[in-house]
Amino acid sequence: MAAIGGRGTHYTMTSKHHKMISPRTLAALGSLTLGALAGPAQAFSVDIANGAEPGSLDPQKTNGVWETRITRALFERLVSYAADGSLEPGLAESWEISDDGKTYTFHLRDAEWSDGEPITADDAVFALRRVLEPTIANQNANLYYPIVNARAINTGKKDGSALGVETVDTHTLRIHLTQPTAWFLQALAMTEASPLPEHVLAKAGDGWVEPGNTVSSGAFTLSQWQPQSQIVVTRNSRYYDADEVAVDKAVFYPIDDANAALNRFRTGEMDIAYSSVPASRFDWARENLGEALRVGPLTAEYFYMFNLHDGQPLADKRVREALNLAVRRDVITDQILGQGQTPSFWYVPRNTANAPQGELEFAELSLDERMTRARKLMQEAGYGPDHPLHLRLNYNTLEDHKKIAVAVAAMWKPLGVEVELINAEAAVHYATIREGNFEVARYGMVATINDPFDFLNAYADNGSASQSSGYHDAEYDALVAASTAELDPQKRRQLMTRAQQRLLDDYALLPLYDYVSVHLVSPRLQGWESNPMDVHPLRYLQESEQ
Amino acid sequence: MLIYTLKRLLQAIPTLLIVITISFFLMRVAPGGPFDGERQLPPEIEANLMAAYHLDEPLPMQYLRYMGNLLQGDFGPSFKYKDFSVTELIMQGFPVSLEIGGLAILLALIVGLPLGIAAAIKRNSTVDYVVMGTALTGIAVPNFVLAPIFALVFGVLLGWLPAGGWNGGALPNLVLPVVALSIQQIAYIARMMRASMIEVLGSHFIRTARAKGLNEGEVLWRHAIRPALLPVMSYLGPAIAGIITGSVVIEQIFGIPGIGRYFVQGALNRDYTLVMGTVVFYGVLIVLMNLIVDLLYSALDPQIRYDD
Repeated sequence: MAAIGGRGTHYTMTSKHHKMISPRTLAALGSLTLGALAGPAQAFSVDIANGAEPGSLDPQKTNGVWETRITRALFERLVSYAADGSLEPGLAESWEISDDGKTYTFHLRDAEWSDGEPITADDAVFALRRVLEPTIANQNANLYYPIVNARAINTGKKDGSALGVETVDTHTLRIHLTQPTAWFLQALAMTEASPLPEHVLAKAGDGWVEPGNTVSSGAFTLSQWQPQSQIVVTRNSRYYDADEVAVDKAVFYPIDDANAALNRFRTGEMDIAYSSVPASRFDWARENLGEALRVGPLTAEYFYMFNLHDGQPLADKRVREALNLAVRRDVITDQILGQGQTPSFWYVPRNTANAPQGELEFAELSLDERMTRARKLMQEAGYGPDHPLHLRLNYNTLEDHKKIAVAVAAMWKPLGVEVELINAEAAVHYATIREGNFEVARYGMVATINDPFDFLNAYADNGSASQSSGYHDAEYDALVAASTAELDPQKRRQLMTRAQQRLLDDYALLPLYDYVSVHLVSPRLQGWESNPMDVHPLRYLQESEQ
Repeated sequence: MLIYTLKRLLQAIPTLLIVITISFFLMRVAPGGPFDGERQLPPEIEANLMAAYHLDEPLPMQYLRYMGNLLQGDFGPSFKYKDFSVTELIMQGFPVSLEIGGLAILLALIVGLPLGIAAAIKRNSTVDYVVMGTALTGIAVPNFVLAPIFALVFGVLLGWLPAGGWNGGALPNLVLPVVALSIQQIAYIARMMRASMIEVLGSHFIRTARAKGLNEGEVLWRHAIRPALLPVMSYLGPAIAGIITGSVVIEQIFGIPGIGRYFVQGALNRDYTLVMGTVVFYGVLIVLMNLIVDLLYSALDPQIRYDD
């Protein structure tokens, strides 16, 4: 899961990326034929409104999409993302997974750092050890806990050298896991798993990511970093696939104000503007920006967390069921948001890879049937117009969250529920949830990897949502654990479907909708594809011929 | 004068210490920490983060550590911008905020003072009403309304100036943010100058000057303007400190890499070291600006002397 800043269906779904004739070759051909007329070919430069200033460009210290958009351009992983967000070979040209699913052997291609040093299996081992060092305090380190001794290293109980990774030779890396883990390759596609240039870190220390010190393994190198102003990356001629990269230069601007980013996209100053259509301007954008408006799926879920701890009003399952029954999710997605969000009767967003099936049991019922059942349940639980249920509903300060909370409160009113709305800034809101000091709380969960793991694990034993909400179900925990270790995709999906169904049948939470991403992309760019992971590798961008 | 200056600077030390101590503890009392976000971290990982930033130590210990580092001029690393120290962030951003803010104040003085004087001389005339009406509007319209309108009209619709961006401080990029930032100041200064001029023009020494037969221009220039500037001066001290430390609204809307945004973002992110850094920096500036104003007072008003 990662922080979500944007609002995020799909009006534009470009075709799957096709490898074309190398753009370099095309450019060369073009300059041969048109050279006399047009002069030297123009450099292909892309200006990107990137949301916020990155907290770091150290790939192991990033945790937001505005950071990883840059670090993924600079650092290639063993396993990488294709333009459609699926996995493809990166620095590893191939790999084998042992039959028991516990040993991964990666064969690295002949590749170089941007300073000409070879990229070796040692660099990969160095990076995996470093990401687990307690002092690095990497926020996604738990994704690497399946590696032998990883957890002990990350908690300071063992030395990094004990990690279950070994170099077989300079181009072969072997990783040993404690148990088979279905999503492990996804974790290796994360920016924190990029092999790191040990020779540079040893020399430059903490300042190793600064321009001038840093070297890169990705399609681009860092040329300039002016904090709060711009970050410039240029094509890395030593990248293993450099001939296929069309973009010569990209500039990332940290524009946190969505309206400002929208303005600068309209003037043509920006070619891509991420999350920069304010909700209030969405209708305008749809009418006026044409195909530049890209609405895509996102592996992120908007739901209301219930507090199930003993003594809480929502410890009563009947009340949780009634609250779920009364909420008209389509009103929220169509009338309040209207950007193409999918009303959800499930917990794991539907466009997540391997997403479990199944939905809230009442999903097909009519509103009247639902309300009748909800009233009856509330009556049985001892509530009604004469004995109203007083509920606190917490949300973090944002106009859309407020509108949704007001609408939900109105939908609950016929059940005799009186809602007190409590809003707080994000840090306070999430601290309130962590401390379990809430009854109903707005929550947005975003997948870190394209897999249901983050979502399901949160409600499993020791998971963050389990601790905050007080949800405990031994069978659910067992199903989630079994699904993680199951390598057969069909069987795994069945296990996850059963797990999710238990959660839904318990009405442990109130799902509202699957998020969408909303970005602006100049029609002059090709190779930018909407995808649930919201990853858009710069190296696949092409200039359209018009 | 020199001894007075030194005395004032020494007096500033306990003031700053109190400001730093109160800010430090207030920040920690606020609910929510730097790692409370949408993504709730596993306990092991949270423990690593707390240890990396010494947040696992008792609060008094953290306070002593902070003060110790501060004495050595070390504001510590930013929690949010991990590749930079707070000192680096402030030193990179301040020149930008200083440039925008300094130009805005200059513009405000160049426009605001003559308007205020004109309105005072032509009191209750059309000039007065127009100037004061406009000034009132300038004060009433906040810059978070004005700035987006400027960007939209002059940047997007007319295309005369860039809608945003810093571009190394190029002149076209400076115009909109400087003007947007100065409007409110122009309004304040014009109103203040008018009120103060009216008061001075009604005083005995002006009557005496007129009675001596001086012409009106001489009365104004030699006798009225200097004392009338005093209230404006006292306003300018803290105002300049406020403006040159940047405006979060102007910086966000025009994409300017100043330090204004750190005040708000630092607090919202619970970036403790960054908040403390900006508080100390702002505190020092306020002390300095007030001192400069007091020293300038004596230049403007011969009745004020700092004889120690």
